[in-house]
Amino acid sequence: MTDHRDIDPDGADSRAAIKAEMDSGSSHGQLLFALMFIVLAVFLLSQLGEQTKFSSKGKLFAQPAFWPAVGVIGMVFFGALHLVARLLDIRKKGVATAPTTSPGTTDKTAGNIFSVEFREGARWLLAFEYLGWFMVYVYVTPKIGYLLSTIIFLVLLTWRSGYRSKRMLLIAAAVGFAIVLVFKSFLGVKIPGGAVYEALPDAIRSFMIVNF
Amino acid sequence: MELFVDALTILARWDVLAALLVGSVGGVIIGAIPGVGAAVAIAILLPATFSLDPIVGMTALLGIYGSSMYGGAIPAILINTPGTAVNALTTYDGHPMTERGEGRRALSLAYSASFFGGVFSVVCLILLSPVLAKIAPMFGSREIFLAALLGIILVVLAHRGQVLAAGMMACFGIFLNTIGLESIQYSKRYTFDQAWLSSGVDLIVVVLGLFAISQAMVLLIQQNTATKARVESGGMFQGFKELMRNKRVAFTSSTYGVLMGMIPGVGEFTSQFLAYTTAQKTSKTPDQFGKGAPEGLIAAESANNAVPGAAMIPLLALGIPGEALTAMMLSVFYVHNVIPGPGLFQNDMDFVVAIYIALLLLNIMVIVFLMFSTRQLLRVIEIPTRFLGACILTLSFVGVYSLRNSAVDCAIAAAFGVFGYVMKRLNLPIVPIILGMVLGGIMEPKLRTSMMRVKTPMDFIERPIAMILFLIIVAVIASYIWAAWRARGRASHPAG
Repeated sequence: MTDHRDIDPDGADSRAAIKAEMDSGSSHGQLLFALMFIVLAVFLLSQLGEQTKFSSKGKLFAQPAFWPAVGVIGMVFFGALHLVARLLDIRKKGVATAPTTSPGTTDKTAGNIFSVEFREGARWLLAFEYLGWFMVYVYVTPKIGYLLSTIIFLVLLTWRSGYRSKRMLLIAAAVGFAIVLVFKSFLGVKIPGGAVYEALPDAIRSFMIVNF
Repeated sequence: MELFVDALTILARWDVLAALLVGSVGGVIIGAIPGVGAAVAIAILLPATFSLDPIVGMTALLGIYGSSMYGGAIPAILINTPGTAVNALTTYDGHPMTERGEGRRALSLAYSASFFGGVFSVVCLILLSPVLAKIAPMFGSREIFLAALLGIILVVLAHRGQVLAAGMMACFGIFLNTIGLESIQYSKRYTFDQAWLSSGVDLIVVVLGLFAISQAMVLLIQQNTATKARVESGGMFQGFKELMRNKRVAFTSSTYGVLMGMIPGVGEFTSQFLAYTTAQKTSKTPDQFGKGAPEGLIAAESANNAVPGAAMIPLLALGIPGEALTAMMLSVFYVHNVIPGPGLFQNDMDFVVAIYIALLLLNIMVIVFLMFSTRQLLRVIEIPTRFLGACILTLSFVGVYSLRNSAVDCAIAAAFGVFGYVMKRLNLPIVPIILGMVLGGIMEPKLRTSMMRVKTPMDFIERPIAMILFLIIVAVIASYIWAAWRARGRASHPAG
């Protein structure tokens, strides 16, 4: 499906390094994740009295606050144990400093541990680019209509993904059209017509609103 | 017999049969694409079935549920990449067979073993129905609460080496389910005075974020791969003959699949592991396992394909899902106004039998489809991964936005997408979040109802089934602590 013009825009080396880590499951970032999770859990626990109702009447299990408390206390309990386990793990084994270049090299110094953890944290930010793409698609659809937004979104995302050949871009447009045809025209999913359809002549407008 | 005829009447419609066919074939195709999976497909398609007649929409999604594992075996055997996570063990013996030029034989054997496992589990489901119909009404609020609690404990403990992470994710799921307006005193819980949080966090939005959008992000960010898969020409029918020569392995493995499938939280991985280990131990050539042993392939495929049918048992009888896919199916039933649980067996047995027949039919449809279309199906494996990621992200929009045309839902799903992406990078378990949400939602009202009639804590377990479930919970926790203690002892005092 790809041809020689479909290139990787971000450089094969960096992608290869990321993929190597994706495939093996990154050991980096576990501590950072555990820390962030426990902060969230403790914050939610601190809000239990504010954000839930606990009346003096009625049994404990019937209180609206009871079940959120089960969840949040469980989050704090397991989250704290998970964090301790990660810390003990690092104290015992250290962290691999450069898994893709020199496997087996570990380090226990605090500076390097933080550096490794935050480097992994920075990689998580890559996902926000696609969150942005997705939200722009969500924002634009009610304005220009599902058909146009889907075709443009898929073609641009295909371009961004490194497929630059006319053939791949045409395939992307065709797939976008097919998605709209199957879901909106055939299955009739609830996606409102675009605001731009209002500018169309009456007969075409209702057809576009119903089908695309 | 009357029941059987009533059930057939439910299914004997062209639109229902067409939906089953489309779902089954679609499930195989989705299963064959590495990186998609049935949970993603069901999450995306569920809102699209709102406009269909309930039985039509449900059979289409049931088709995907029951057939994805068939398709998952194809890339596992031909390119050493499992199409769905549960086909991982298939690669052990399937791919070595391909490497020595026996790809067609391996595929044929995998299809036959999957078909055997699938049909075996449906037969077990049918045979167990009278027993379930008698037992299910004995489950009151407290029994369902305890069964759901057992389910959540098993799900957490099933994540060996990640029990703490699974525990915190299950509790996170329980918490997520409580956000919004609660239904007894109509008080707000964790809404932070935000109107958009009052209606709570929708399960489908979370599933789409954690499974579909996160997977799209993984595929879009990783290096592009597009693999060519080839298989020798020839018929696909010889697998049945070879399966008959190994019928003991197929039978034992399918039995493991059924037994493990019935227990919430255990599912395909444990059943495959037990089936594979047993097949290896009882084989005349155990040294060939992992190097292309047909028995290993039969064990893996018949065990994993026996699970979907068996997992329907706790789902239909008690309304308790055992893993993410059955949690999705529970949503499918709810959305289409079918409430699984004891009442279903008492009042709508014809509907339950119709589901059995649908499962049986889909296995037949899938095997016929695979016997004649494998070569054409190989093309889906060749879809470049980053393009696939772009398509999944586009399709995720339909799934989320069509629920209630809410940009907020899309933002929540996208946020869970990033969260799921991080969890996938760290190899942390995602499924407990979904089961925490679903089972937490079941447990809260059941506990509240059952505690109204209880004066002392012992009253809670005075009924026989409640007592049995309680003892199982205690035994499961005790055996886990015992095993962990022994493992710790072995680690600190190594033998020798």
